[in-house]
Amino acid sequence: MQGMILDRVRALMSEGVATRVLGWETGEFPYDRTPKFFNESNLENLKYDSFCGCNLSKYLVNESEKVIALVKPCDSYSLTQLCTEHRVKRENVYALGVACRGKIDVNKIAALGIKGITDVEEDGDTLTVHTLYGDKQVARKDVLLNKCMSCKGKEHKNVDEVIGESEDTSSVERFDMVAELEAMTPDQRFAFWRNELSKCIRCNACRNVCPACTCVKCVFDNPNTGVQNKAAADDFEENMFHIIRAFHVAGRCTDCGECSRVCPQGIPLHLLNRKFIKDIDELYGDYVAGDEADQRHPLINFTKTDCEPSIVHQRGGDKG
Amino acid sequence: MSMNQNPDWKPTIVAFCCNWCSYAGADLAGSGRMSYPANVKIIRIPCSCRLNPLFVLRAFQRGADGVILCGCHPGDCHYSTGNYYARRRMTLLFSMLDYLGIERGRTRVEWVSAAEGAKFSATMNDFAKTIYELGENKKLGDLRCKE
Repeated sequence: MQGMILDRVRALMSEGVATRVLGWETGEFPYDRTPKFFNESNLENLKYDSFCGCNLSKYLVNESEKVIALVKPCDSYSLTQLCTEHRVKRENVYALGVACRGKIDVNKIAALGIKGITDVEEDGDTLTVHTLYGDKQVARKDVLLNKCMSCKGKEHKNVDEVIGESEDTSSVERFDMVAELEAMTPDQRFAFWRNELSKCIRCNACRNVCPACTCVKCVFDNPNTGVQNKAAADDFEENMFHIIRAFHVAGRCTDCGECSRVCPQGIPLHLLNRKFIKDIDELYGDYVAGDEADQRHPLINFTKTDCEPSIVHQRGGDKG
Repeated sequence: MSMNQNPDWKPTIVAFCCNWCSYAGADLAGSGRMSYPANVKIIRIPCSCRLNPLFVLRAFQRGADGVILCGCHPGDCHYSTGNYYARRRMTLLFSMLDYLGIERGRTRVEWVSAAEGAKFSATMNDFAKTIYELGENKKLGDLRCKE
C-alpha cells in the first residue's frame, strides 16, 4: 500500500502537479505517525500504515500553493467541509484518496498488557507486535480505534483519485451510546458527564485537532472570557467549555472522531458532537456534513415549519 | 420546592427579550398594570437570534435559576428571519443541556408580540412558578459567583 502510494506520488510530482505532499512520517515512537509536508528530497520518509489515524485536512488551511494531500475516507469529509467553508481552496489541493482498513489504537495494544513496543508488523487480520520482551500476536479488530468501529463509510468524497481498496470496519452503531445516555434519568446523565468532564485538563487538544475548529480568533483565546488557556477552576467551566466547543462545530462536525482520539484523559467527546448530529438528523432531516461540496448546514438554514424548542421538554416522557 | 431548600431562597430568572416584540410586550404589560414576578430580570437584545448560546450559560454561571428567551412570533421577525435561526439554535442547546442532565424546565423559548402584554405577564408568572418548583440551580452554577 505504502509502495503504491509512493509510486503514484512520485509520478504526480514528475508530471508537475505539485512540489509538495502532505502525509505522515514516523514520530517519536515507532507507532507514532506525525503529519508532515514532504518534498522530493525527503519523500522516502513518507509512511502509510494502520497507525495513520490522524486527520490531515486541517493542515491544508491557508495553504496558498498546490499540495498533494493524502486523504482517508473520513478525512475526505472534513476536506470537503473545509472547502465548503472557503477555508481551503479546492484548486490548491490534489486530493489523493488512500484506502483505509481501520486504524489502530496503540493504547488498546498497551491495555492488553503489551509493553515496550519496538515495532508492529501487519499481516491481514493479525498484527505481530515486536516488543522488548518478545513478539506478541494481536487480532486487528480488537485494537481498532473507537472511531473506526463506528465508521460512517469507506467511500471517498470529492477526491481526485483513489488508491487501493477500503474495507468496512464498522461493528457498532454510531448512535448506540448516545441513545443509551438519552435513556438514562437526568441525574444519571449528570453523574456520567461530571465523571467524564471533571477529568478535563483544558489542554485544548480537542479544539486544536478539530478540522471544523479553524477560526482565526477563537472564543477560548479571548482574555475577556476568563477561561483563556487555563485549567478549569470550577465544574461550571468544564461544562461550559465542552458545551460551547461542541456547539461551535454543530452542523459542521463530520464526526471524524479526532477529538476523542487525541484527548489525553480519554473523555468521550465525540458523544457530545454525535448528540448534535443525532438531534439534527431527527429534527431537521438527515444531514451529513462534508458529504457534498457547497451544502448549507442546518444551523445556517431553516424552514418555516421547524419544531419549537419545547419539543426537548416533550421528548422521552416527563423525566426531569 | 424541594424539602432541603433554604426557605429564604427566591429564584433569579433572566429573560432575554427581543427589542421589537417582547420588550415592547413587557412595556405593555407594565402600562396595563399586569403583574409579573419581580425576580424576572429582563435583558434587551436586538433580535432573538442575537442570543449567543454562551449568554445562556453565562446567565446560569452568574446565578440564574432559569433562562427564558422571548422573541417575535415566527414569521414576524423585524429582520425577517432572525427568530427562525434562534429557534434551531435554542432547540439544539436545550437538548444538549438536557443531555448533560440539567433540568429541562430551566430553559424556555416563548414568542410574545408587542401587543401581547397579557401573554408576557402570564408566561413570566408560569415560568417563575416552574423554577420555584424546580428549586435552586445547583448543577450549572459557579461557586466563585456565589455570594
